[in-house]
Amino acid sequence: MPINSSKHNHIKMSCIHCNLNVISIFDLINSILSIMPGNKKISLEEIKSYFDSSEIEKYKELFPNNIGSFGYDPWGFNLKGIKGTLGVGKFMYEKFFRVEAFGLENIPKEGRVLIVPNHSGQLPLDGSLVGYAMMTNPYAPRLPKAMVERFFPTMPFVGNYLSSIGAVLGEPNNASSLLKKEEAVIVFPEGVRGSGKLFKDRYKLQRFGNGFMHIAMKHETPIIPAGIVGCEESIISFADIKPLAKFFGIPYFPLAIPFIFPTKVYIHFGKPLFFDKEVKNEFEIEARVKMVKGEIKKLINLGLSKRKSIF
Amino acid sequence: MESNRKKIIVTGAAGALAQKVIERLKLQYKIIAVDFRTKVDLGIPVESYKVDFNKRIFEDIFREHEFHGVIHLGRISASESNRFARYNANVVGTKKLFELCRKYNVPNLLVLSTYFVYGASPYNPSLLDEATPIKAADLTMDLVDSVELDNLANIYLYKHPELNITILRPCNIAGPGVRNTFSKLLSSKTAPVLWGFSPLMQFIHINDMRDAICEAFEQRKPGLYNVAPPDYIGFQDAVKNSGCRKIQIPSFPDGLTLMVSKTLNLDTLPPFLLNFYKYPVIIDGSLFTSTFDFKFKKGLEDIFNYYKSMK
Repeated sequence: MPINSSKHNHIKMSCIHCNLNVISIFDLINSILSIMPGNKKISLEEIKSYFDSSEIEKYKELFPNNIGSFGYDPWGFNLKGIKGTLGVGKFMYEKFFRVEAFGLENIPKEGRVLIVPNHSGQLPLDGSLVGYAMMTNPYAPRLPKAMVERFFPTMPFVGNYLSSIGAVLGEPNNASSLLKKEEAVIVFPEGVRGSGKLFKDRYKLQRFGNGFMHIAMKHETPIIPAGIVGCEESIISFADIKPLAKFFGIPYFPLAIPFIFPTKVYIHFGKPLFFDKEVKNEFEIEARVKMVKGEIKKLINLGLSKRKSIF
Repeated sequence: MESNRKKIIVTGAAGALAQKVIERLKLQYKIIAVDFRTKVDLGIPVESYKVDFNKRIFEDIFREHEFHGVIHLGRISASESNRFARYNANVVGTKKLFELCRKYNVPNLLVLSTYFVYGASPYNPSLLDEATPIKAADLTMDLVDSVELDNLANIYLYKHPELNITILRPCNIAGPGVRNTFSKLLSSKTAPVLWGFSPLMQFIHINDMRDAICEAFEQRKPGLYNVAPPDYIGFQDAVKNSGCRKIQIPSFPDGLTLMVSKTLNLDTLPPFLLNFYKYPVIIDGSLFTSTFDFKFKKGLEDIFNYYKSMK
């Protein structure tokens, strides 16, 4: 009996400890949310509702059709990964960043398509928000794949986690294989130049690589430009400490405020752009890339004009 | 009846895969089994020799028998010999075999290569096809013999079409009797894994691999083919589903991982394969399945259940 009661006490202690952790995380979330206008607090029950495991059932028909017997597709997407993340994604999209998405009707219900947004925010938050917007699109929900920077697969835990929720190494052959399978692919032509940019450069589009245009032309794929407003202020970086980046083997090491601000995010999806295969030289490709960049800039300006407050 | 049967030579007769191939073909062909390592007793209908391909006496087998085909499965693995002896046996020995096939007009030659030749790089796209450059030699000198053997077979494939060479690059072969690194690992009670890395992997059951070899040999459609079922699993999930207890090995910095691997000196974590424990090498086996109208009969579940039953 004494053994049982000590066991009982131990469990009780663990529960108290666990509750304290939950309560402190809950308090932290509410302190962050208190930055937002109207100071809308969130109840513990509301947080729990975001992590309802039955939520995944709604999206099952969107999952890739080449999932194997253990729930993996050839790029590492897996049911366990997406199931564990769906609640966090929903919370971040609906409550934390309070995303407003426009132009969702421009995304085709099926068939290959490249979504090309601006890039920012040090972490791949923008890709996740665009992905969630497409997944919950009332006109044509679909689960996209997002091309990520080449250093992610080298990072323990991060690489596997990103693959498990639909991120794919940013490599032309991966994009080609996905488009051949009629998937929707999010690609950031700014690459690390965009994600690693400093606060002072917010909303200044960095140099675009031409790769996405070559892929779109080769696979006769429409491009949907997208302008994201809000992510550029969510993580504020003042400098890139290059020696530390070199030491850790990563493309940039931000001197940043170690905090994600609950900025309000606007995403505008543009009309699909079609480009034929015929070009005389690389300069014509560059002109086409410039045109897409111009469309994205217009969509960013549209988002900025709608925004009344950063939060 | 005996004299009517065509003669074929199967190398690597001491291996489980070769023995399965011999078992399947022995009623149809008169089989001469050879191996570098040992003379294998395979029962009365099968003649068996222990022979070094680089010795002149090897030619006597070709002088004595008129071969209709060669199934070249024999290769000395990294755990059996040092790099230089392996190169001599696997590459120089294979060259000798090819020359004998030319000299004695052997019209059908099947060569077993491996997916290791692609190399485990963090920048590999998924679904590598047969035209993907092979990079293993860039990443580790210990796979040079595998890469050179594959290259040699490709050179003979195009330079000597009369040999009708079929080269197979299978994913991890697994199942009863298989003694390669990953099969040994899944057979063990404890399995080393790199902390934070669970690369996507493919496995083919030894019975399916046997059938793939026999089909490719009999249909005689020369070329280079990846062989892998369209099913995938994260390495750590494979370990778990095989009933192994995971031993977490530090995954960074690289020098520490290498030091631990060298210090532990485990067959199941050889230093030259460390990248295969980190990064996925997913091959596209669709060319093989469509060319040979091949169907896989065993799934991942069968493979892992076998390993689990051994515990």
